[in-house]
Amino acid sequence: MNPASITRLDLVLAAPEIFLLTAVCVILLVDLFLDDERRVVTFVLSLVALAGAAWVTARTGVDARTVAWHGNYVADPLGTLLKLVAYGAVAVVFLYSYGYLYVRRLIKGEFFVLGLFALLGIMVLISASSLVTLYLGVELLALSMYALVAYNRDSGVAAEAAIKYFVLGSIASGALLYGMSMVYGITGSLQLGQVSESVAAFGPNQIGLLFGLAFIIVGIAFKFGAVPFHMWVPDVYHGAPTPVTLFLSSAPKLASFALAFRLLAEGLGGLHDGWQDMLIAVAVLSMAIGNVVAVAQTNLKRMLAYSTISHVGFILMGILAGTSEGYQAALYYTITYVIMAIGGFGMIILLSRRGFEAERLDDFKGLNARSPWFAAVMLMLMFSMAGVPPFVGFWAKLAVIQAALDVGLLWLAIVAVVFSVIGAYYYLRVVKLMYFDEPTERAPLEGSSSFRFVLSANGVAVLLLGMYPGLLLAICARVFS
Amino acid sequence: MQTGWPILSVLIWLPTLAGVLLLVLGDRSAAVARWVALLTSVATFLVSIVLWRDFDSTTAAMQFVERQPWIGAFNAWYHLGVDGISMPLIVLTTFITPLVVIAGWTVIEKRPAQYLAAFLILEGLMIGVFAALDAMLFYVLWEAMLIPMFVIIGVWGGPRRVYATLKFFLYTFLGSVLMLVALVYLYLQGGSYSIADMQAMPLGLREQVAIFMAFLVAFAVKVPMWPVHTWLPDAHVEAPTGGSVILAAIMLKMGGYGFLRFSLPIAPDASRELDWLIIALSLTAVVYIGFVALVQQDMKKLVAYSSIAHMGFVTLGAFAAFQIFENTGSVTGAAMGLDGAMVQMISHGLISGALFFCIGVLYDRMHSRQIADYGGVINTMPAFGAFMVLFAMANAGLPGTSGFVGEFLVILASFRASFWYAFLAGMTLILGAAYTLWLVKRVVFGPVGNSHVAELEDLNGREYLVLGVLAVAVLALGLWPAPLLEVMRPTIEQLVQQLMLTKL
Repeated sequence: MNPASITRLDLVLAAPEIFLLTAVCVILLVDLFLDDERRVVTFVLSLVALAGAAWVTARTGVDARTVAWHGNYVADPLGTLLKLVAYGAVAVVFLYSYGYLYVRRLIKGEFFVLGLFALLGIMVLISASSLVTLYLGVELLALSMYALVAYNRDSGVAAEAAIKYFVLGSIASGALLYGMSMVYGITGSLQLGQVSESVAAFGPNQIGLLFGLAFIIVGIAFKFGAVPFHMWVPDVYHGAPTPVTLFLSSAPKLASFALAFRLLAEGLGGLHDGWQDMLIAVAVLSMAIGNVVAVAQTNLKRMLAYSTISHVGFILMGILAGTSEGYQAALYYTITYVIMAIGGFGMIILLSRRGFEAERLDDFKGLNARSPWFAAVMLMLMFSMAGVPPFVGFWAKLAVIQAALDVGLLWLAIVAVVFSVIGAYYYLRVVKLMYFDEPTERAPLEGSSSFRFVLSANGVAVLLLGMYPGLLLAICARVFS
Repeated sequence: MQTGWPILSVLIWLPTLAGVLLLVLGDRSAAVARWVALLTSVATFLVSIVLWRDFDSTTAAMQFVERQPWIGAFNAWYHLGVDGISMPLIVLTTFITPLVVIAGWTVIEKRPAQYLAAFLILEGLMIGVFAALDAMLFYVLWEAMLIPMFVIIGVWGGPRRVYATLKFFLYTFLGSVLMLVALVYLYLQGGSYSIADMQAMPLGLREQVAIFMAFLVAFAVKVPMWPVHTWLPDAHVEAPTGGSVILAAIMLKMGGYGFLRFSLPIAPDASRELDWLIIALSLTAVVYIGFVALVQQDMKKLVAYSSIAHMGFVTLGAFAAFQIFENTGSVTGAAMGLDGAMVQMISHGLISGALFFCIGVLYDRMHSRQIADYGGVINTMPAFGAFMVLFAMANAGLPGTSGFVGEFLVILASFRASFWYAFLAGMTLILGAAYTLWLVKRVVFGPVGNSHVAELEDLNGREYLVLGVLAVAVLALGLWPAPLLEVMRPTIEQLVQQLMLTKL
């Protein structure tokens, strides 16, 4: 690309990415001059970078869809919303993680730098408008995450998880790239807008496009962690240090949603009949296997991993409807899931201390006797994940069920609610351990007051967003109008 | 009639917020928690008396209506109002809750503030369920209600409490989610979650049958109807006394209320087509469960089974209306069945609540619910014995008590539908008398069973108060049910007229 052909609009629209990239490079350099005791500077700078990125994003946000960088980059209200949520999620992840990493002497600048690079990948993905930009975002996110999973170099489990994640992730990236190459070969364009026009001209039954689509679905399903491409999820969630699991379960889900939406809805919308059937299979399997296998887990991180898989099934249920309501519902589900997942892993971090990881379900025994407030926070998170009103998780489930019913998929809606009842069992089990059992552990909870405050706010948010869901729903509706 | 202040919102939020306050205060001072809970629940009761006083019993329209936008995206409203069906149930709720607070006064030693908070929040949610005129609001409160009950049974329950509470939660949750699908379907057809709009919406028979079945699963589990009743004996046996009382007195009524508010008016044609199914299940409950109650060894289980049998009258009375109208062409005749169903709900709320209180009184002293562990209680606890006999008689349907009015109305109405319905329903007069009086004989009368019974102390002031108030209510409703019937009449007549029209 000729530098002279870059317009001012291009630069303005991509200002958030440019800002964050610059900020990460500065943080990387500053961090070189800090020792572990003063790593708090990196932490604070990272938060400042996130706040700055949020400010830039809000300032340069557009009201209508605008394509820039020669059709490779798109700025739209959806992108702005997803980015803002991603900044918030990453900021909360850093906040929850700092104390955990500090007491374990794991506090390295790389955690923040890699986290911010992953965020940059997420942003690129969110704003991608061509197959190449999408792939660029996917890889930047994935490579940062592989490294983060292996972040604790003394941990064998983490190294094993990272290798698994890397190998399987590479295969999935390969599948995605292969599918993209098929699409490119047939449509003759990398830009999603042109791909979409070309697909419409070919009609829904072009065999080559459907072939490419199947590989793209594999890639998307893998990034989401949907069955049958979910094998990595429990192992990686379990093996990675808890702050990394926390990261992995939050902002990257927004990226997966963006990947699915940009590719399937914006690029391959003409093949809706084809990908709807594929996603129905993936969604039903995810809800079934995720919920049923989660019942058998004794490790909370693994249980939440399987719970993620089932939530992904619900998110896909919204996407596969293929209507504006469906995408809204899936977006709403993704955002609420991120809030709940951050809270859930935040609770594990809160209960852990140096030399003790509160990963087992039994570590939550009798929490109500140790800390009634945080037991209540966990109760709200668990009921929310189970989809019990008045918590926000219920509205997310309702929205996707409504979207599925709206396109006549009554049986899918019934399957979904039945599996959500099965899922309720293992969330209730956590509540049972906290409230009905006596504590085996009497140590007081650790955690800085800022961490406690944000975690409390996280729990209360699940309740308040559930009692008054109109606001977030309206925002999700507006970005698609 | 409309008061100047949002009386229904006060009824819902006063106890709920007080419950949250108790959670915030925590268990530092049990005495403060008790007094806060008592004062709030009594204040709520007084507000509900104002509701009753200002209620206009000449109209079937919704009263004290509040309507605020809630969720724009789903067109769901914070829409409250009461009519002759819901108002008595709200008063029942606010009447029972202070008694539960008093009954748990010194008995609950483990985390008393959380215990009381759970009951207050539960009270607010239950009132909300009866007052909601928006189906989504109704569903949210309906489900949210499970959470405090789950915790109440699980934390303060008996030895098998975890099993019982999980069973209770999952059973009801499974029933309700199918109702949710039906509600969403109705919303997508009509574009509104307003219950009144759903009632007015035309629907084909196939749709109605599907919706009816979805509602049936939700409400049948809640009532509970045979054969989906199995969670109830477990939940009752393991729940603490207060939990059993609320469960029997109010939560079961929600199933009956759901039939009257949702199933019948939203799917009247399906209800007409499938009334045989409900009637068959109801009669099975009345007769078969009556026999099951007879052989119980555990007092709480016995009363739990008797609850199932008595709730069979509610569904029988509600669904006999179609055949009565067919046979006699009389709207008032059909209304009688529904009248009976409503009276039976209120009366059963009082009587079963009272019986669970009585069992609680014994359990607090002896820590046993086995009938065999008792005998001759009247020798050491004469006042208790008198109350127990009164409530047992009421449970058996003795004239002069509220139990008689509901059962009598339903049996009378079902005669007009079919002799055999009335015959089978009438069996309960024998069976009900058999199992309750046999219970009384074994527990209360006879020689002193063992040394523990000999050491029993009679009722204390608190227990006197609780049982005395309930006894007055049972007798008042039995001797003079007219005020209750008058309050309900316009609403029930309107409901019958709705049922006789077809929506096809």
